[in-house]
Amino acid sequence: MSRHTLSVLVENKPGVLARIAGLFARRGFNIDSLAVGPTEDDDVSRMTIVVNVEDLPLEQVTKQLNKLIEVIKIVELDPTASVQRELMLVKVAADRASRSHILETVQLFRAKVVDVAPDAVTIEATGNTDKLDALLRVLEPFGIRELVQSGMVAVGRGARAISDRSTRSSQVTALPR
Amino acid sequence: MSEQVTGAKSVVLSLEAAGVETVFGIPGGAILPLYDPLMDSTQIRHILVRHEQGAGHAAEGYATATGRVGVCMATSGPGATNLVTPLADAYMDSVPIVAVTGQVPSGAIGTDAFQEADIRGITMPITKHNYLVTDPSQIPRTIAEAFHIAATGRPGPVLVDVSKDALQALTTFEWPTTLDLPGYRPVGRPHAKQIREAARLMSESRRPVLYVGGGVLKSRAWAELRVLAELTGIPVVTTLMARGAFPDSHPQHLGMPGMHGTMSAVTALQKSDLLVCLGARFDDRVTGKLSTFAPGAKVIHADIDPAEISKNRTADVPIVGDCREVIADLSVAVRAEQDAGRRGDYAGWWRQIHTWLATYPLGYEAPEDGSLAPQYVIERLGQIAGPDALYVAGVGQHQMWAAQFISYENPNTWLNSGGLGTMGYAVPAAMGAKAGRPDATVWAIDGDGCFQMTNQELATCAINNIPIKVAIINNGALGMVRQWQTLFYNSRYSNTTLRGATGSAEQVERIPDFVKLAEAYGCIGLRCETKEDVDPTINKAMEINDRPVVVDFTVHTDAMVWPMVPAGLSNDQIQIARDTAPVWDARDDA
Repeated sequence: MSRHTLSVLVENKPGVLARIAGLFARRGFNIDSLAVGPTEDDDVSRMTIVVNVEDLPLEQVTKQLNKLIEVIKIVELDPTASVQRELMLVKVAADRASRSHILETVQLFRAKVVDVAPDAVTIEATGNTDKLDALLRVLEPFGIRELVQSGMVAVGRGARAISDRSTRSSQVTALPR
Repeated sequence: MSEQVTGAKSVVLSLEAAGVETVFGIPGGAILPLYDPLMDSTQIRHILVRHEQGAGHAAEGYATATGRVGVCMATSGPGATNLVTPLADAYMDSVPIVAVTGQVPSGAIGTDAFQEADIRGITMPITKHNYLVTDPSQIPRTIAEAFHIAATGRPGPVLVDVSKDALQALTTFEWPTTLDLPGYRPVGRPHAKQIREAARLMSESRRPVLYVGGGVLKSRAWAELRVLAELTGIPVVTTLMARGAFPDSHPQHLGMPGMHGTMSAVTALQKSDLLVCLGARFDDRVTGKLSTFAPGAKVIHADIDPAEISKNRTADVPIVGDCREVIADLSVAVRAEQDAGRRGDYAGWWRQIHTWLATYPLGYEAPEDGSLAPQYVIERLGQIAGPDALYVAGVGQHQMWAAQFISYENPNTWLNSGGLGTMGYAVPAAMGAKAGRPDATVWAIDGDGCFQMTNQELATCAINNIPIKVAIINNGALGMVRQWQTLFYNSRYSNTTLRGATGSAEQVERIPDFVKLAEAYGCIGLRCETKEDVDPTINKAMEINDRPVVVDFTVHTDAMVWPMVPAGLSNDQIQIARDTAPVWDARDDA
């Protein structure tokens, strides 16, 4: 199995997330992470889907995704040629003795403290999966009270945009009367 | 300026603009607003069916028989869910239909309102695309898109769910002149490089087979196929979905491959060195155990759906394109090969094939007890009704015999439920076919099990002057399941006897009595129990054209479909009769 990051441009229409999630489920693929959001074009949403599959089934699922009418374009982002980020919010138990150690760790990982309570701090961190895993390992001994993580978002490096070749709208003639 | 109309009227105008002439459906609460203006349409004939499943299969039969998009209609909730089976059926067999369903008012969606079902959610995995329309201004665009998507590329079913308030609201009707579907770009023309490579492989191969699937019929490529076949001299097999794409009488035709295919077709694929797969999809019923299918063959796979290519069997030469264009381009490329002096030499291959054809023709044995052989009934039916009639089968033994023992000479004369295997397809699909082609003779060939699932549409046929003919191959059992029980479950017939436990051949308890049932539905009912009566009964049925005819052919219970490759086994283990494997000449394995 290997990890793949798919960037999927879809029409911004109701139900499109259900279509894509349903397709993965019925073709027997697990989604590791999924993030959906708007793009520079109001009519287009972008999904970043991380899957753990072999190359051949990946090709099949990509082809099946392409068959969905509302899917405009699919690009696999190579980790070395793209920037990949996840957002994590983690609530860590912190008493007077441990707080300074925790804050040191936050500094080290270029994370931020976004909330402080007498016996806990909440930390916001962004990064790739490896960095966030590393941060969690360091925070673990202090006692993690709550953890929430976003799906991964990713963008290709360089000047070229994903939509450069895809927003070409295919005008087709309607059926004759 | 466009006129102000209700959303309901807009649906009717849209259907008219899409060229719809026939709709099969049943009204109900949520779709009632639509049925009011529908009553005034002079273009659209609405046929009131007895069950929404019948509407869906009728739309499929109509589409397959005419080459146009079939249309069915139902109300919300149970009306819509009754369309699920035909939609799944159309999805599996790539049949272009559009289903229009009523939905509860948009404000009530999500409240578990009366007769509410999320039919768009339910049908997502079994439609090519589907819509929920709550804004009446979107009706014309949505219906135009639905027809375009259903009919183009790889055809398939599209569902349009319209909320009741959208049907009632005032809107303007304007039929779109263009459609904007940025994510939908079906491929037509294949890549020239792939075509040249395919032609090169074809001239280099020694044991090629044209493996022809339903895509050839969808793309109306039968004439192009014949040119390619005759130009190359390559043997042809036609799958269950492609029967009629190439004339059965053609000397290059080896018949149907697969679980119940001819020995020659199955064996030719197994021993081939090159499969030229045209609009077929390496279905498990064709390949048997996939890892042992055609082990020595390279594969050229042409399909309009890129997702089919290398899905089951890796293609050496993948060709994405419309079959008609692919086959036409292949002929040009093959001619260029031949002009350059590269012509495939298949003489040795044909010698082998002729041996198989001569040694293992399709056949059957008459039952020892003198009862009627179902194969004989179907064979005679095909001979008497002839190659211009349409044959519509249900699913099971009768379907396989109808695929085997009727000689199909013309495209789209064979209709059946291939992928989904929907028992109950035959009667409503025959009704749809006859509605679309009223001048054609349409025979439904159905089993007694299948027939009891959808025979209510005989009432629809009788009332609406749709005189189909139904041959019930009545063996008193769920025959194909019984055959598997005979072969794989020690003849323990768990729940496959329809006739009643005491029913024997001599003292048949007729529940139901199909002749009486036919008469109750306003049809002519005939019965045939002996070989001598087969021809006169079929002739009598052929003479009746003013109402539907149902013939109860009471046949032998234990007839089996042969040849057979048991499910999950290799095609090399094909049996020509029970416990009888063919004897291979050692040289065959060369």
